Amino acid sequence: MKKICLTLVGIYMMMLHAFAQYQDKDTTFYISKPLKIDEVNLVSSYYSQNGDHSAITGGIGTEKVTDLSNGLDVTWIGWDDMNRKHTLTAGLGFDHHTSASSAYVSKTGASKTGGSRVYPSLNWSVENAKKGNEFGLGLYFSKEYNYSSFGLDAEYSKKTKNNGEFTGKLTGYFDRVKMIYPSEFVQVVTVTAASGGGENRNKIPTSPRTTGTLSLSFSQVINKRLQGIILMDGVYQTGYLGLPFHRVYFNDGTPNIENLPSQRLKLPIGMRLNYFLGDKIILRSYYRYYIDSWGLQSHTASLEVPVKITPFFSVSPFYRYYTQTSVKYFASYEVHTASDQFYTSNYSLSAFDSQFYGVNFRIAPPKGLFNGLNSLELRYGHYSQTTNLVSDVISVDLKFK
Amino acid sequence: MTKQTLKKLILVPVAGIILASCANVKAYQKSRLNDSEMILGNRKVEKNELNFQSYREGASGANGGKTGGGCGCN
Repeated sequence: MKKICLTLVGIYMMMLHAFAQYQDKDTTFYISKPLKIDEVNLVSSYYSQNGDHSAITGGIGTEKVTDLSNGLDVTWIGWDDMNRKHTLTAGLGFDHHTSASSAYVSKTGASKTGGSRVYPSLNWSVENAKKGNEFGLGLYFSKEYNYSSFGLDAEYSKKTKNNGEFTGKLTGYFDRVKMIYPSEFVQVVTVTAASGGGENRNKIPTSPRTTGTLSLSFSQVINKRLQGIILMDGVYQTGYLGLPFHRVYFNDGTPNIENLPSQRLKLPIGMRLNYFLGDKIILRSYYRYYIDSWGLQSHTASLEVPVKITPFFSVSPFYRYYTQTSVKYFASYEVHTASDQFYTSNYSLSAFDSQFYGVNFRIAPPKGLFNGLNSLELRYGHYSQTTNLVSDVISVDLKFK
Repeated sequence: MTKQTLKKLILVPVAGIILASCANVKAYQKSRLNDSEMILGNRKVEKNELNFQSYREGASGANGGKTGGGCGCN
């Protein structure tokens, strides 16, 4: 009797086990996970510049500028019940600059030399790892005393079966330029006592500037140590494309305001190749060719060589060379004539070569540094142009995870 | 033969050779490719460098940074 009972219990247990193995394929599901903070980045930079070709004073005069920039990005990641990854990034930037030449927007040098800019942003993307595609949207806003901007973009990317990825992005910026003219061009309206008294200036009008960009890129893993990407932008700008406080002096000494065409088409195409050499050295290379409808052509080439002193500490010297031709409408101080239709003495649109070199330090131990600080990067660079403009920039990036 | 034609004659076959030699790299073979300093983009710490370059130079774009608009720059 005992044997029969035990046998029956055993058979019953086997039947239970058999049912436990059964799985209905149609009932497979994913559990959605709400958005949680994944990463926080704080990037700060100090920039200092000097030169002697200020556009505000017609291509002569000091270009002394200092700028302190701060940016904070917070990234949230979550998954929906279809196992798609959602990424939301909110950014806030704040810059404060001083510019010695800004004092000469007023003919007497009495204009203020400092200014601030605030620029928030919001980006959302959803990635379907199974299908290998990703879609994203972005919103951007920027405000400073003489310029305001509203931008938005939409992006789509698709992975190929052989470790490649296509990306396309459409971006639009809808900007307003405050028409602040040099003081000698501003009409001062005297108001009588009957209408309120005192001296009054006309309200400052604004002009629109619109920029549309189509960005395309293709990245490819070439082998276990080498990968590259080709990037191309097609940019169309329309509206007020100069700055109203940039002076141009004609050959007879008369001052005028910079006058540039109201349309510009730009076509940059760039390529990156990154190669892991041996066990400790990486070669990061970049080249860009640029051409636009104002006649400017340029070449940019850079090489950065991260050297991994330890797996968690790297030192990366870098060098960048840049050369450009002038736009059709550029001439230096007192060279333009009254018969020129378009004219500028802004030396950023002149012909020059430049060099930028420096070093980047990165510390990223696996357990982080302290108080959630995951990695620290410190970067210094020295920049010089053949126009005699020189600058230094030092930046730090703190990443918290 | 112009300079531009010569550049195309060199760059196009080089790009073709590189792409044609793409190896089929498995996920477990990507340890070097996935290194943080092998990313095919700018470091976050470079952001303000790209900004000042777009202000001081006539060219912009094709680098993940500004292409125009959004600031009182070129």
